[in-house]
Amino acid sequence: MILNSILERIGNTPLVRIRETVKGVVPDKVEIYAKLEYFNPGGSVKDRAAYRMIEEGIRSGKLTPDKIIMDPTSGNTGVAYAMIGAALGYRVELVMPGNVSRQRKDIARAFGADITFSSEMEGSDGAIRMAHRLFKENPGKYFMPDQYNNPFNPQAHYDTTAVEIWEQTKGRVTHFVATLGTSGTAMGTTRRLKEFNKKIYCMGAQPADALHGLEGLKHMPTSIVPGIYKESELDEVAWIETEPSYEWGEWLGKEEGLLVGYSSGGALLASIRLAQRIKEGVIVTIFPDHGDRYFEGMKW
Amino acid sequence: MPIKVRIPTPLQKLTQNKGEVEASGQTVAQVLASLESQYNGLKTRLYDENGQLRRFINFYVNDEDIRFLQGDQTVVKDGDEISIVPAIAGGS
Repeated sequence: MILNSILERIGNTPLVRIRETVKGVVPDKVEIYAKLEYFNPGGSVKDRAAYRMIEEGIRSGKLTPDKIIMDPTSGNTGVAYAMIGAALGYRVELVMPGNVSRQRKDIARAFGADITFSSEMEGSDGAIRMAHRLFKENPGKYFMPDQYNNPFNPQAHYDTTAVEIWEQTKGRVTHFVATLGTSGTAMGTTRRLKEFNKKIYCMGAQPADALHGLEGLKHMPTSIVPGIYKESELDEVAWIETEPSYEWGEWLGKEEGLLVGYSSGGALLASIRLAQRIKEGVIVTIFPDHGDRYFEGMKW
Repeated sequence: MPIKVRIPTPLQKLTQNKGEVEASGQTVAQVLASLESQYNGLKTRLYDENGQLRRFINFYVNDEDIRFLQGDQTVVKDGDEISIVPAIAGGS
């Protein structure tokens, strides 16, 4: 197969059964599957939403060749914008908190993006505030997708992720679990899955504490709540703690050969707790990115 | 002269919304203990149940990561600044 552009490889990620890691931990009749989003060319689930928001920007005439794509991001969306911008010929300027993992900064720069850093003390909310200020102070300079408020972020998952899950499980999926950052994955996938079968139980998972180590995820009670987040559409929102999320994430590498980021460990933690409550079912969750973006520090 | 400690946003509700506080001590551990006596509840956010500093939080003395110094036994002197920084960028 020959592609005209690397962007054609966005989506259609594999769904893999998680077996060894959870053996003896969850009931025998509960199957857990994960979408491996690191198979996207930019290395994370964010390729889907970023590509869609940029496409819609071009279609609506808001993104013209003279504009710079600019948005706040805690990392993966920034990498996605940088890759897509490079492939389509747009300049990209990212606003990231200073404490984003070094690998993400390096990858975004390798795609030619410029990065402005917001305070490492303020997390992604600091980046959001700075990006809105930049946008206001420089009229006409930027196209700002505004991933936290852009309806095409969840729409990307409504149109792709959910359909893939439905088809890959041949309609067997009974439960869906997604970690919450912008909430685009959770909201869009939930909406579509419930259209396929309104009995599918959809769960969001968020960090249990404001001070956490799950990159890209939001502790909603203490954060700027994304405009696209509609908690009432989810059946449940679970709390995930950082340390067990790390441990499950690391087990996935050793037991399953899946080198994933820490938020995938959090997704698995929430899925396991759900599995322990139900007697049988088919749980599908999302592993947002790869573990090689996190190899720095984080150990004492 | 006391040691200045920079507090990240997610912990500021424990420090009466202050981004910078002062404490005393000869080591990072002593400074953090002194902070706990002023702002109850801070310690369990910084240390895990085994008494280890939580791995997803970085501590800097001036600009040096204490992982590459002597951990929480790193000696501090008057005028030093300790920064408590989440190791990765999360929501708030």
